[in-house]
Amino acid sequence: MASPIEQFAIKPIIPIHVGGVDISFTNSALYMVIGVVVATVFLTGAMSKRALIPGRLQSMVEMIFEFVANMLRDNAGAGSQKYFPFIFTLFMFVLVGNLLGLTPYSFTYTSHIAVTAGLAILVFVGVTVIGFVKHGAGYLRMFFPHGAPVILAPILVPIELVSYLSRPFSLSVRLAANMTVGHIMLKVIASFVISLGLLGFLPFAGIMGVTLLELGIACLQAYIFTVLSCIYLHDALHLH
Amino acid sequence: MEAEAAKYIGAGLVNIGLMGAALGVGNIWSTMISTVGRNPAAKSTVELYGWIGFAVTEAIGLFALVVAFITLFA
Repeated sequence: MASPIEQFAIKPIIPIHVGGVDISFTNSALYMVIGVVVATVFLTGAMSKRALIPGRLQSMVEMIFEFVANMLRDNAGAGSQKYFPFIFTLFMFVLVGNLLGLTPYSFTYTSHIAVTAGLAILVFVGVTVIGFVKHGAGYLRMFFPHGAPVILAPILVPIELVSYLSRPFSLSVRLAANMTVGHIMLKVIASFVISLGLLGFLPFAGIMGVTLLELGIACLQAYIFTVLSCIYLHDALHLH
Repeated sequence: MEAEAAKYIGAGLVNIGLMGAALGVGNIWSTMISTVGRNPAAKSTVELYGWIGFAVTEAIGLFALVVAFITLFA
């Protein structure tokens, strides 16, 4: 029987090697392209009519737009609106990736730490640069909570520094591990369906429930990834 | 003991770490339920932080999985 982690294997589709570096077009890259195409076609196609009274598709896009806009306004505060395109793109990319992965026989690019770490490092470096541009060296006050006694500085500053530096790590591992676990769980339960014979309908019913749960987790993790990016942006813009 | 056997035992022992995640997630939900029970008007605000707290705590459990994978395959 196929191993439950076989579905995460990266296979090159068009092998490309430049100067000893493997930059092949893989199935992961293919699904990222599909994800971007799906998101673009969905967003532009549904909005093409620009009706005053939105139809079903158009109201779906408007709901997603308003959802992300509210999330940014509530969590990142004033002056964050100019980062909306980035946050919206981030949300759509992760959401479409998570949902595409739930299609049978497909590949989940968000289950790979390389993809999520790329996104998380982008957020981390971006937020740090915004913080330093906006506050200059004053951004370093982030690492010392306001109003704490100065004598505690040798303890508090390293703790704050470690928690700040571990952000991209926890952000990326959270998303990748969530997606990996969900898909392994589905595969393991699916293997029970065959091996239990006639009683296989029990795990089959279980799979239906777990698939629903995974659908919820896919949306929730996209939301969590974006909302945490918004909170980090808030720290950079307003210093705690 | 063979190294291969010790690997599997180690990967099994990693599951102990899930106790912490279970306690944390259970704590979040029970606090959320009692808060909404006391003050239903705060539902939307509490729910937002509840979901964030749930995902952040759940991730701790998933770190255990990552450790298990490292033990098994690295």
